[in-house]
Amino acid sequence: MSEMPLLQVKNLHTSFFTDAGEVKAVNGISYNLDAGKVLGIVGESGSGKSVSAYSVLRILTDTGRVTEGEVLFKGENILEYTEAQMQKFRGSRISIIFQDPMTCLNPTFSIGSQLREAIQIHTDRNKEEVQARALEMLQLVGVNEPEKRLKQYPHELSGGMRQRVMIAMALACEPDILIADEPTTALDVTIQAQILELMQDLQKKMGMAIIMITHDLGVIADMCDEIIVMYGGKVCERGTADEIFYNPRHEYTKGLIRSIPRISEKHERLVPISGSPVDLLNLPKGCAFASRCDRAMKICLEQPPEEVVVNDFHIAACWNNVKQMMEEAKDGENA
Amino acid sequence: MSEQKHLVDVRGLKEYFSVGSGVLNKLELKAVDDVSFTIDEGETLGLVGESGCGKTTVGRTLLYLYKPTAGEVYFDGRLVTEKNVSEFRKDMQIVFQDPYSSLNPRMTVSDIIGEPLDIHKLYSTKKERAERIAELLTLVGLNSEHANRYAHEFSGGQRQRIGIARALAVNPRFIVCDEPVSALDVSIQAQIINTFEDLQQKLGIAYLFIAHDLLVVQHMSKRIAVMYLGRIVEIGPAKDIIESPIHPYTESLISAIPMPDPETARHKHRIILEGDVPSPLHMPKGCPFRTRCRYATKECEESRPELREIAPERFVACHHR
Amino acid sequence: MSEYNPNIPPKKKPFSMQIDVAKFEAATDAEKAQQEVMRESTTFFRDGMRKLFRNPLAVGSMIVLLVILVTIIIAPLIVPYSYSGMITVDGKRDKSAKNLSPFTYSKLEQEAIDRGEKIFPHIFGTDELCRDYFIRVIYGARVSLAVGFFASLIVLAIGLLYGSIAGYAGGKTDLIMMRIVDVIYSLPDTLMVILLSVVLDQLLGQSLQNTVLASIGPNMLSMFAVFGLLYWVGMARLVRGQILSIKKNEYVLAAQAMGAKRGRIIRKHILPNCMGVIIISTALQIPSAIFTESFLSFIGLGVQAPMPSLGSLANSARQALQAYPYKMVFPAVGICLIVLSFNLLGDGLRDAFDPKLRK
Repeated sequence: MSEMPLLQVKNLHTSFFTDAGEVKAVNGISYNLDAGKVLGIVGESGSGKSVSAYSVLRILTDTGRVTEGEVLFKGENILEYTEAQMQKFRGSRISIIFQDPMTCLNPTFSIGSQLREAIQIHTDRNKEEVQARALEMLQLVGVNEPEKRLKQYPHELSGGMRQRVMIAMALACEPDILIADEPTTALDVTIQAQILELMQDLQKKMGMAIIMITHDLGVIADMCDEIIVMYGGKVCERGTADEIFYNPRHEYTKGLIRSIPRISEKHERLVPISGSPVDLLNLPKGCAFASRCDRAMKICLEQPPEEVVVNDFHIAACWNNVKQMMEEAKDGENA
Repeated sequence: MSEQKHLVDVRGLKEYFSVGSGVLNKLELKAVDDVSFTIDEGETLGLVGESGCGKTTVGRTLLYLYKPTAGEVYFDGRLVTEKNVSEFRKDMQIVFQDPYSSLNPRMTVSDIIGEPLDIHKLYSTKKERAERIAELLTLVGLNSEHANRYAHEFSGGQRQRIGIARALAVNPRFIVCDEPVSALDVSIQAQIINTFEDLQQKLGIAYLFIAHDLLVVQHMSKRIAVMYLGRIVEIGPAKDIIESPIHPYTESLISAIPMPDPETARHKHRIILEGDVPSPLHMPKGCPFRTRCRYATKECEESRPELREIAPERFVACHHR
Repeated sequence: MSEYNPNIPPKKKPFSMQIDVAKFEAATDAEKAQQEVMRESTTFFRDGMRKLFRNPLAVGSMIVLLVILVTIIIAPLIVPYSYSGMITVDGKRDKSAKNLSPFTYSKLEQEAIDRGEKIFPHIFGTDELCRDYFIRVIYGARVSLAVGFFASLIVLAIGLLYGSIAGYAGGKTDLIMMRIVDVIYSLPDTLMVILLSVVLDQLLGQSLQNTVLASIGPNMLSMFAVFGLLYWVGMARLVRGQILSIKKNEYVLAAQAMGAKRGRIIRKHILPNCMGVIIISTALQIPSAIFTESFLSFIGLGVQAPMPSLGSLANSARQALQAYPYKMVFPAVGICLIVLSFNLLGDGLRDAFDPKLRK
């Protein structure tokens, strides 16, 4: 039984054409998202994780453009939609919430009017229905005193509350996919825990798929069915949470995991990844991570690695896996 | 134990800001409300709390970058006052959070690191100055050949190293580290954390390590102080605080940490706090945490709990623990 | 473990991938280092200049200004006429050289040419007082540019000083200083110029008689005075705003933490970072000053005759507009070219150097 995946991203390339040159933010990523699943995209700044999501929704800034690839939503390539079609699509089929709710909510309009706008654009209900739906959404996301809140302005609400309002706006039209771009990075840790729990509850209740973009490995460890690790605009590896954390097959992922301080009995010195993030203006011809990699080989500097199937739940793009497979095959022959 | 001289001794520090427009409408923002702690030579005290708890203000007020409303700061036994603070500038330094706004974009690396040397006239010949700058760059892990480049040509992690080199230029004995890794990527954070540790081992510098990321703080610190709305609610050895927190806020803080480990995350029992942090302009009467506390009773509304020593070196401010 | 079907393709056999086995040797550090290239070092200034020169309008206006500048320096050396003296032929004043069209000669001059003398052509003709118009326009441009330049300098000096004090001191000082600025802002400038010129004329009229300043005249002085008294407020506000926002940067706090005194902080940290905006604003102030001067001269409050300014030339040309339209055209075009070029240059500078506008 192979159901068609809800979202298929195929070989997506996105670049920004700036004064300084072409910034290659996304360099060929492919993944699938099934209905109702939670996908986590992990990477540091410059990895291309946010840009890839903006490319899907086609909300890149002026200088950005998708240069190659397809994005299929229920089989249709949405990169070919007209702007009018995209406007109907955004918010109703795929929604997005951003990192800083203060800058994403218009400070001159009340919460209520912004929430109602989100509902009115995509449905044709009358005023009372829209108001009722707005109240319903606020209750769903756990905002207390919803009638009062609808009349308030963004600056009167706390960070956590604003993020809840954003979530309400995003889910008002029951989209198939919710993209969450670093939704808790700007929040305090206790509020973050509240929001993450809320998102998990809503996901179970409403059944939408979620793409969770973050740099925080802790945030995705619990929430995600599948995780993608990105570096230099490419996918390093893709797999279930257990696979990624307990059986990492890309040196970058291994390095990331080793860099995180742990709570342990004795004080263990961190093993950081050496060097600095790759310059997207001057991408090397081989693997983007090679110059920082302890186990880099000559081929890593010359050719970008191909994706290798590690097991049924895990793909990695690292030449070391190919080397390992070759050695296993040789051992198999000699045995 | 009280006879042992502490390097830094903060007593009853208060920093109130008056906000609000108009002559009649003045509200008082109690950013730091009666904070006391000590730090010994070569030791790291971690200071954690969420936004608005006042931890950054503590760091800056302690260095007299803001004038304290009340309280005393003793460095190596001597009282620091507004008049004599310039004498302490060589002993106490600070590293900031944002590597982009903490370096002057119009100055070269050499100028930035050399400025404290110039102000305190630490070197007499140009050659000596250049050598010292090269030495500092190498100490923090940067290439000394880059001394004549401008700050904006470096990455975030490298810029943070420049900031550290600048703080080290005067050979301080104590550095306030104000969220020094929060603005950096995870892989670079680890590099900078290691740099801080190496410097502490080599040069015996004491740190006040301010951060909101508990994992980072517990890695770096020997002792941890937890702040909430301008007060310290719990202070004690790092390991104890993390493994067996006593104050209800500390409990929920630790349970809220997203653990980068699926097994642990799945089996974790999260204590989710209800509600939001109250505004520091309208602090709740009595214990400031009672509005979100599971154990709150009438007593908590009536009186403010003070820090009590529950176990050796372990202090908690709560009526019920 | 959750159910997962990521459409993973079946495992490929390694040898079907045609790989060179030797490439799987470890890479050396030297090889890896080749990949890391630090971009070439540019300062903020060089970066901005590069951007400026790529802007065709900015480059065009720089060329125009350069041409104008060269012309007004060289022309008086070549053209043998003075701006205040009547045209003379053979030493005698030539009254027939009145209101000549460009490139024509008067009767007397024509006779002299026929006799074999060489007479420099009147490129723009002559005016109603038999003066060569071209040289008058050139001097007019000189005056306009000089006024624009010096007025902007006054505005810069006063505004910079005032704004920095207000911005750095903050608190009550800032409050009071800015309220003063608000009051000054609301004064009507034209009215002030008129009043001041009358007052200054009375006060200084006598004492200026034999000094250098006499040729400039009390009107001009009053104009400089007005600039000094009124027009600096815009710059002051700008500088104050810049300083307020720069003060918030942590590198200022860092300088304080290392024991830097106030003077050092202002000199080394605050002012260098404002410079970009200030220079741009000054560049845009020049055309504004020139235009103001032209306007004032046009309504008769500018330089004293016989010293020409583009505005006063335009004013005198007004009466004879029907008969001799060219007399209006030259000074008007002059004003337009200068003002437009400075404005475009200023815009170009802002686009190149304003960090907020970076892509």
